[in-house]
Amino acid sequence: MRWIWIDRFTDFQPGKSATAVKNVTLAEEHLHDHWAAYPVMPFALMIEGMAQTGGILVGQARNFQEKVILAKITRAEIDDLVVPGDQLQYHAELTNIAEGAASIAGVISRNGKPIGRVDLMFSHIDQNLSGKQFPKENFVFTEQFMRLLTPFMQGSAT
Amino acid sequence: MPTLTRDEIYAKVQQTLVEALGVDEEEITPQATLTGDLGAESIDFLDIVFRLEKSFAIKIPRGELFPDNVLNNPEFVADGKLTDAGLAMLKQRMPHADFRDFENSRDVARLAELFKVETIVNYVSSKLNGAA
Repeated sequence: MRWIWIDRFTDFQPGKSATAVKNVTLAEEHLHDHWAAYPVMPFALMIEGMAQTGGILVGQARNFQEKVILAKITRAEIDDLVVPGDQLQYHAELTNIAEGAASIAGVISRNGKPIGRVDLMFSHIDQNLSGKQFPKENFVFTEQFMRLLTPFMQGSAT
Repeated sequence: MPTLTRDEIYAKVQQTLVEALGVDEEEITPQATLTGDLGAESIDFLDIVFRLEKSFAIKIPRGELFPDNVLNNPEFVADGKLTDAGLAMLKQRMPHADFRDFENSRDVARLAELFKVETIVNYVSSKLNGAA
């Protein structure tokens, strides 16, 4: 099993931007420990949600030929708490993409109101790490991830 | 872009490094090394390249500012030191770097010391104005 921290994409502009939403719910076990008396969505998992949104944007831009790994949290500023019942929105814009890496600028919103900025860098790991070999199959973009993008890929083909 | 003076280029490089590495402006001096003094890691070099491209509206081909694929070539490295061919290749690829300290030892462990703030300023100056 792999945790997917976005529920669905609401917009996807290939090579430009992606917007995904996540509904925060008390059915999620981790919220009961963070914290029992006052459950809040962990900031680290919000960064992961942005990484998944931006990572798929970056991966699609190179037709999923690269293994895209989060390499650097350039900036993470989150100004407010997110609690069960809230909807998170992750908006990522592709700011740069090259042979070895890519970067995105992201805005996190809660119920439509911006509450944070998260800028990330991703590594195309087959192009880096001094020629270290990785498995041939693209283990980053699993079927679960690809399914999230299906409506937009079908839409762009029609 | 209008011609920038060296001081203007230095100021923009300084700002780039503050943003990319999260260091204080005072920590950035011409002789500061990116990895040793400013704590840069490998992904930061790519981040710096992205930011320089945007800040100066230039295109930096891969390996031009920070050469790669040097250490894993046996023609260029022997017994932990750069060979004559390795040193010549690096000098040719990095006319923006000052090799005076490095070439005494040629120790590959000290290769990162070539990447100083001044090295970047020289590179950008050369790129913009055609003279280091």
